[in-house]
Amino acid sequence: MNEEKVIEILGLTKKFKSLTAVNDLDLTVYKGDVFGFLGPNGAGKSTTIRMMLSLISPTSGTIKIFGKSLISERNEILKRVGAIVEKPDFYKTLTAYKNLSILGRLSMGEVSRKKIMEMLELVGLDKRYKSKVKTFSHGMKQRLGIAQALLHDPDLIVLDEPTTGLDPQGMKEIRDLLILLSREKGKTIFLSSHILSEIEIVANRMIILDKGKKVVEGKVGELLNKNKLKVTFEVNDINSAKNILDNTVWKDKIYSSIDNKMVFILEPENISSLNKYFVENNVAVSAVIPTRSLEEYFLNITDKSK
Amino acid sequence: MTTLINIELYKIFKKWRTYISFIAVTLLVLLIQLAISISGRDATRGLTGQLSNSFVMVGNLLNAYFVSYLILNFVIVNVPFLIVLVAGDMLAGEATAGTYRVLLTRPVSRFQVVLSKFLSSLIYSYLLILWLAVLSIVLGIVLFGTGELIVLQKGLIIFAKDDIIWRFILAYFMAGLSMSTVAALAFFFSSLVENAIGPIITALAIIIVFTIISAVPIDFFQVIKPYLFTNYMFSWRLFFDGTLNYVEIIKSVSVLLAHIVVLFGITAYIFEKKDILS
Repeated sequence: MNEEKVIEILGLTKKFKSLTAVNDLDLTVYKGDVFGFLGPNGAGKSTTIRMMLSLISPTSGTIKIFGKSLISERNEILKRVGAIVEKPDFYKTLTAYKNLSILGRLSMGEVSRKKIMEMLELVGLDKRYKSKVKTFSHGMKQRLGIAQALLHDPDLIVLDEPTTGLDPQGMKEIRDLLILLSREKGKTIFLSSHILSEIEIVANRMIILDKGKKVVEGKVGELLNKNKLKVTFEVNDINSAKNILDNTVWKDKIYSSIDNKMVFILEPENISSLNKYFVENNVAVSAVIPTRSLEEYFLNITDKSK
Repeated sequence: MTTLINIELYKIFKKWRTYISFIAVTLLVLLIQLAISISGRDATRGLTGQLSNSFVMVGNLLNAYFVSYLILNFVIVNVPFLIVLVAGDMLAGEATAGTYRVLLTRPVSRFQVVLSKFLSSLIYSYLLILWLAVLSIVLGIVLFGTGELIVLQKGLIIFAKDDIIWRFILAYFMAGLSMSTVAALAFFFSSLVENAIGPIITALAIIIVFTIISAVPIDFFQVIKPYLFTNYMFSWRLFFDGTLNYVEIIKSVSVLLAHIVVLFGITAYIFEKKDILS
């Protein structure tokens, strides 16, 4: 991985009167990263993104993008950034083509018809280029949002929940597009989401934000797969199961047992061994449900935020 | 900046509400001209009054200039209602639509954005006045022809045919300046909120209050009257004095310009500091 810093945030804080939306956030994104910015609704993700794009000003802290200060070199930075912030909104009385034409002119001076049509084709809206945006569904506006973010071929793409409102096929297409942009075009992508599985599919590094504070940071693979798993075994006879585990290495790995469910803390490679041990000792296993500790942790903070 | 202004004007003229003003002005002018053409010489009698009993009036007094002068008197007082429809929407409309998020994440400074929007509001105001002028005079020439202009201001004044057009040009320019002040006021309120209804109503309320204050003959109000922009809504009439009062003209232009500059300055400051949460 190239270690050139694209985004460097230090001590970023935003207060709205008594509410601290973002609290002393440090964050670094390197060139070529697909950086997952994960958190439940209200965690401070959009506020952070708005500060990164100079839509709102921080209470304290610094933001550097491409090694430049966002305060003193805002325009130079934004020339190289494409973004979607929350739900995509456009000039409703204008066509999809005209919206892109206007936004493209603001970003790069002039933009060719060919380039606009290429972008519309990329997101599957080329047949609707003459349609006014007020006739678009949320999913179509989301696609148009991605087109405007990519129109000026930015080096950094900041996407705030870009798959919201898309159908499963649309979500897959966007994820595939992000992977393509990262791997083949070397773009750096900052992807905010409240869906862990989405980040898992496309991101290589991530942080989890909760109540404005960073709670987890690291490489996605390490955070999700190298941790031990919490595995629930559903068995037909819990007493027999407990008995056969006495005096074995498995007994120390029991986390809890309720009704016919036994929960173990296991390395991923030990799941099948324990299952085999149960079956060999005539304990029928009806289900094996692994839960990654990070996933459970994330689900917990997501549930609390609801 | 030219690109930004072009884009803003394009956005303005792609909205239906923009044309309400032009349609309203067109209807007003057409109705007034139609009514005058039907009532004929009765229209001039109201102005000349008993003087027609003492003087012999010759020539075409009911002409395009006279009618345009009347229209400007009647219509200009209502044009602010049309101006605020667009100017009050310039900033708040972007907030309501959520388009600040795509507009202000472009490599264009906020000052450039707010300045281009402001200048577009002023251009719109002047275009409306220009439309009023062209419609009044051109349609007036078709319906009534040309002639001397007779006006009643500090007495009856008659302007020769070749002494009129420049007066109208400057009068419309001054009327445009008054309307630009109204636009600046609505634009200022537009920067404070995220819905265009508030700025439109507030700007109109202020115009109404100031107009009443300007008209009420109480000493205290008379002290503050010179500082109220509404006091200069009819400054365009200064160009129809027999001898131009340059002091009053310069004073009017200065007060109106000062309002425009101060209101824009405050708006730009607020816009620069504004957190975009919409």
